[in-house]
Amino acid sequence: MADMMKKATRESYGEALAKLAAVNDKVIVFDADLAGATKTGTFKKVCPERFFDCGIAEANMMVAAAGASTCGFIPFASTFAMFAAGRAFEQVRNSIGYPHLNVKIGATHAGVSVGEDGATHQCNEDIALMRTIPGMVIINPADDVEAQAAVMAAADYSGPVYLRFGRLAAPVFNSPDYRFELGKGITLREGTDLTIIATGILVYEALMAAEALAGEGISARVINIHTIKPIDKELVVKAARETGVIVTAEEHSVIGGLGAAVAEAIGEECPVPTVRVGVKDSFGHSGKGGDLLKEYGLCRENIAAEAKRALTLKG
Amino acid sequence: MNEERRIRLKKAANQVRRGIIEEVYSAQSGHPGGSLSIADVMTYLYQEELRVDTSNPKWEDRDRLVLSKGHVCPALYAALAQKGFFPWEELKTFRKTGSRLQGHPDLNKAPGVDFTAGSLGQGVSAAAGMALAGKLAGKDYRVFAILGDGELQEGEVWESAMFSAHYKLDHLCYIIDNNGLQIDGSIQDVCSPYPIDEKFRAFGFEVITIDGHDFDQIEEAVQKAKAVTGRPTAIIAKTVKGKGISFMEGKASWHGAAPNPEQYETAMQDLANIEEVL
Repeated sequence: MADMMKKATRESYGEALAKLAAVNDKVIVFDADLAGATKTGTFKKVCPERFFDCGIAEANMMVAAAGASTCGFIPFASTFAMFAAGRAFEQVRNSIGYPHLNVKIGATHAGVSVGEDGATHQCNEDIALMRTIPGMVIINPADDVEAQAAVMAAADYSGPVYLRFGRLAAPVFNSPDYRFELGKGITLREGTDLTIIATGILVYEALMAAEALAGEGISARVINIHTIKPIDKELVVKAARETGVIVTAEEHSVIGGLGAAVAEAIGEECPVPTVRVGVKDSFGHSGKGGDLLKEYGLCRENIAAEAKRALTLKG
Repeated sequence: MNEERRIRLKKAANQVRRGIIEEVYSAQSGHPGGSLSIADVMTYLYQEELRVDTSNPKWEDRDRLVLSKGHVCPALYAALAQKGFFPWEELKTFRKTGSRLQGHPDLNKAPGVDFTAGSLGQGVSAAAGMALAGKLAGKDYRVFAILGDGELQEGEVWESAMFSAHYKLDHLCYIIDNNGLQIDGSIQDVCSPYPIDEKFRAFGFEVITIDGHDFDQIEEAVQKAKAVTGRPTAIIAKTVKGKGISFMEGKASWHGAAPNPEQYETAMQDLANIEEVL
């Protein structure tokens, strides 16, 4: 495991867009002066005629993408999560979400693992914001394989999609024959004592936590929820019913993200104790991405510790 | 423009104004002032200029009109009904439960509406995206975006202006309804966007200033805009808020208020008088 390949999902985003350039002539890409960072530059290299830099003007970018989508194109509008979901929230809500237009929002640099740039650029609120928009699909891929598959699926899907990518290189654990199904969670490991439901780069950490727990005789199920909205309610409720306690793990605020979505889903059908691993209602700060993940408890050690605490709550 | 055409357009605009009053009166809410100020431009565009197909509202080669100042949709709905997109009688459903004529335009509801707008500053960006798409697809359709002068206070308008000029969107024309009034008063007093012409010129636009109630000038400006290459055009239409209704003209208080029965009668009489002179 130590020599496992690592790649940031933003790299996957750029590569997938470049592949799409060759197979779908309706795909166009917008960026807001961050093509080098969001990796849409990879698309620009192979398809400059369908790449449009909007400059540092995210509000206009989102709505221009919306306008272009009404003329038959499939725009991917890209910037950091902070500016896609944060700054341009109302544009996304009113001009993409409400008319339910076929715009894909490629948001990179989500979460504290952005690192050195600090709190202004570490968006821990984007999933919460996007979840409030009716009809918005939210995908938070776990690794390179899943991220590339998600981009392809988003292009095929008709309607608004928010795709969330990270800056930090993350282990590539999915096999090459992985198949992405929009809205369907994936049970990565069976277990009977509890279920860890994770998303994004914490999926691999959840798997490692489950491995450690197994060494202590605890059988933890691990579910990867790549599509946070619409959430795979059936799979989540089944896990609650069968294992009786849930731990969620995400690189996002515990308010409004995966943990909230899971708690809401099971709360209505099978309420069981739900412990949320995530950013505890606080801002980030500058530091190395990997260090910050540990500091905020977004790591296998804390997931395992919270899992043990969760077991004590089990009725 | 010959006198016969001019009178026909004036009558058509008068009918659009009747529609506006009917809508706002029937809903007992809405925005008559800015609807009345843009009525002549709106009438000209739908009657004389826009290449649209009422039997195929989503026709991909159509010209587009984005009402960025979406709150004046009574003018848009009346012009669309007059063109034949939906029955004139439907105007009375404006703002009511179940109506296709929402309080602000909805592209998924009312036939002929090209973009969902109303949150100010956004429609112009959508229009720019449509013009960019047309250029990329090699289509020759034109896109008109109607915005308010108060709307110019929105930063996104200038983001879109920068973008439109940068991508040389010469099939895109902004029309600014410069009636000088916004909710809180005159635009100079609230937070002045003047000089509007110099601003758009500095952003790289062809700028044409006209009397927005003079059909000859409207026509001349639109035809001139179509001849411009390599940059977008901004037509600044000097207008009167509440135009045509005696007690509404030049009053910011009629931005978003509905007439009572007595005022409705007066308004309709004002329009009947205009019709009679024509």
